[in-house]
Amino acid sequence: MLQHYLSLLTTAIFVENLALAFFLGMCSFLAVSRKVDTAIGLGLAVIFVLAITTPLNQLINATLLKPGSLSWLGIEPVPDLSFLTYLFLIGTIAAVVQVVEMAVDKYAPGLYGALGVFLPLIAVNCAILGGSLFMVNRDYTLAEASVYGVGSGIGWALAIVGLAAIRERIRYSNVPAPLRGLGITFIVVGLMSLGFMSFSGISL
Amino acid sequence: MNKAQREALLDPLLNNNPIALQVLGICSALAVTTKLSVSLVMSAAVLFVLVGSNVAVSAIRKGLPPSIRIIVELTIIASLVIIADQILKAFVYDIWKQLTVFVGLIITNCIIMGRAEAFAIQNPVKLSFFDAVGNAAGYSLILLAVAFFRELFGTGRLLGFTILQPVNEGGWYQPNGLMVLSPAAFLLIGIFIWLIRWKRPEQNEEEFHVGGLLEPHEIGLLR
Repeated sequence: MLQHYLSLLTTAIFVENLALAFFLGMCSFLAVSRKVDTAIGLGLAVIFVLAITTPLNQLINATLLKPGSLSWLGIEPVPDLSFLTYLFLIGTIAAVVQVVEMAVDKYAPGLYGALGVFLPLIAVNCAILGGSLFMVNRDYTLAEASVYGVGSGIGWALAIVGLAAIRERIRYSNVPAPLRGLGITFIVVGLMSLGFMSFSGISL
Repeated sequence: MNKAQREALLDPLLNNNPIALQVLGICSALAVTTKLSVSLVMSAAVLFVLVGSNVAVSAIRKGLPPSIRIIVELTIIASLVIIADQILKAFVYDIWKQLTVFVGLIITNCIIMGRAEAFAIQNPVKLSFFDAVGNAAGYSLILLAVAFFRELFGTGRLLGFTILQPVNEGGWYQPNGLMVLSPAAFLLIGIFIWLIRWKRPEQNEEEFHVGGLLEPHEIGLLR
């Protein structure tokens, strides 16, 4: 049983890395990877929010949205709200981000200083919605969803911190002018993604 | 069509491409480029949602309180995506299955939100419509170009028709397996950006200063 969760965790971090294998959260991945410090801040915020929203959305999906899940209402025929899935998922994410931002601001001002600016950015980060959508798609249980949320968050954070470190070094290199900035970043991400592919096939 | 409209329509193709210059909408774009047919469907879905959201946001822009505009825009976009998703599910079920979560991810596609925030919120309906069509076309241009190369060199086919006869079907072409894997998409987009900026040098970025790790705006502070 533990093995199953451990395998799910490593798959989420390395093999199915949200950023490098599924291209999710690319906008902020490219925009906020100029410096390692800010990349670490955004990475932590993503882990935090994914770890909360994925299990929460699993609960909502299992009790309200999945076809047949409303049978506890006792209405015949059982209403099917599955077409509202996207609206519910994104609504939950936006609400959670807002609540987390307020809670962190009130109870952990130090953490707010580090994460604060990134939290609103995260509401529209595809990695967060992607995590929830994959969870729905693969029909994870609550425990699996929690593990998957944390794992995919760590994977994303790892990728962005790695990219930021490479970009800091690249500034010392003489890159051809049309490639500077975005172009070379894409090529670096491609090579990183190639590197992460070597993890595929690994299962614990 | 007057000058402003023509600019809104044509600028996003090469001069101000949403993917290559504005860095918008890359999230859901890359994963759907292994096959040309899937990319075509994705482009159509993005065109529909982008036009719908730009027109809707522009139409209600005067009565929209700034404090709740993000959540209103998000609701409009999510509703449009649900419509697109249901239509795809009903008419092209096979391709819908291949797109899996990526239709849903149009909601958080920065291109939609980005154009609503940057353009539709302050421009009239007609102009916003042209801006949406232009940006969707600029997005599709990159998407289809990437998909063209990935499908052609990865499998030797285009839209299911064999162009380069693969070795395992008795032909001469050895399919390049890397092309159908995710790194190829990043590398190809990097190369496209290189080509566009080589032709349009004014888009070059100056992220190159010897001896310091300063952001460009910090350089100004030192002087």
